[in-house]
Amino acid sequence: MLQGPPPRRPISGGAAYPRGVLPQTPQDAELPPEDAPVGRRALLGMLGLGTLGVLWGAKVQSGLDRALRPITLNDRTGLSAFLPTSSRFRIYSVTGSLPHRTDLEYRLTVDGHVDRPATLDLTDLRQRLPQRALTKDFQCVTGWRVPDVPWEGVRLADLLEEVGARPDASHVRFWSFDGVYTETLTMEQARRDDVLVAHHMLGAPVTREHGGPVRLYVAPMYGYKSLKWLDRVEVVTELDEPSDPGYWENLGYDTDAWVGSSNGRRDEAT
Amino acid sequence: MTTLERDVDARVLRFDRTERWLHWSNAVLFLILLATGMTLYIGPLAALVGRRVLLKDVHVISGLLLPVPLLAAYAGSWRARLRQDVRRFARWSVDDWRWLRTLGRHGHERMGKFNAGQKLNAIFVAGCIPVMLMTGVIMRWFSPFPLAWRTGATFVHDSLALTLGAVVLGHILKALAEPVAMRSMRTGMVPAEHVRLRHPRWWREVVSADD
Repeated sequence: MLQGPPPRRPISGGAAYPRGVLPQTPQDAELPPEDAPVGRRALLGMLGLGTLGVLWGAKVQSGLDRALRPITLNDRTGLSAFLPTSSRFRIYSVTGSLPHRTDLEYRLTVDGHVDRPATLDLTDLRQRLPQRALTKDFQCVTGWRVPDVPWEGVRLADLLEEVGARPDASHVRFWSFDGVYTETLTMEQARRDDVLVAHHMLGAPVTREHGGPVRLYVAPMYGYKSLKWLDRVEVVTELDEPSDPGYWENLGYDTDAWVGSSNGRRDEAT
Repeated sequence: MTTLERDVDARVLRFDRTERWLHWSNAVLFLILLATGMTLYIGPLAALVGRRVLLKDVHVISGLLLPVPLLAAYAGSWRARLRQDVRRFARWSVDDWRWLRTLGRHGHERMGKFNAGQKLNAIFVAGCIPVMLMTGVIMRWFSPFPLAWRTGATFVHDSLALTLGAVVLGHILKALAEPVAMRSMRTGMVPAEHVRLRHPRWWREVVSADD
């Protein structure tokens, strides 16, 4: 006999076999019972594992990241994009499609409260101005962190020197050629040694999805400060644009975005 | 030979309207979630599509809707057959274990309505719903939770999504390879002959319920 409550009528439903017909049943009368509550155990097990994963996943994750780093760093196939590691870039863009400028047509405007406004091309940025290289982590405010990213570019401080930013300037505003994304830094932050107008990252020219051909890299701050697709650097005496202090700041993220001491996070400094 | 065996058109109800409706609403939501989730997760795809804010909203809303069809299917008297089938998924016999151990080569002789692979698929997908929902909520509304939970929730959500994607793909491929099964999820019916030959244990239930 079957265990458990017998199936209820009408199990055969509308267009089933004709009434009054008693079809043949299997001769095998000794059916083993179907009573191991596998479903409940599996369900509870999944819930339990999921909860443990939430509580301890951060530790597993960092172990996994370390183990997978040799693969993700040297991956040329792009398949590592599927691995559940946090040490890879996730591409965020705030507009419908990725903006695009070729190397040849790229120009960086530096203007505002400066003595010598300038329009720079890639040759200026890659060759004429003093170059600086540094290797530092990239920490996103959403939690992922890419360790030891090599960056090359011009120090923002040198750029401000080049155009003669005036002493009473208070902030630098950055415009992206995606037409939406803006950021700001105080003059003091902008003059730090580890703030770059970067044209190379990861050992190659900055790609389009990473914000190329030229992007900002603000090493000590969360990733959203490192504005992509840099179009214009404007030196200002006050923050008076509707977009100020910046795109992500207007969505609630901290204006002074120090890694480890802002946005309620306690990440290790980059 | 009985009348039924000669009647080539005799059919048995495999899934009633509630079950079909539940399956297809889940399918639509899962596909939306997989598509938007993949676009949020895989860098090159994200770069291609953009519109991150919109995708995120669609993903979150579909995710919150995911348990609704299940709850609705269980909310009234129309759940009777669904409950029967859930019980079939949940309760395993030695034959099911044998089927699973041999990857379907043995254990057909007393096959019930569902084989162990189908049972496992149903249990896994059902189990994914609360886990994905819980981790998704922590990812989206992270501020009340400790920071490590957000990382942990992301880890669980990502890993489980990858597994789930593979399972759903397998499920779709199996369904495409099995027109009878596919048709039964569309129309609800399977040929009685198919039940008698391939699912003798279920056949017995059908017969004893229809005495």
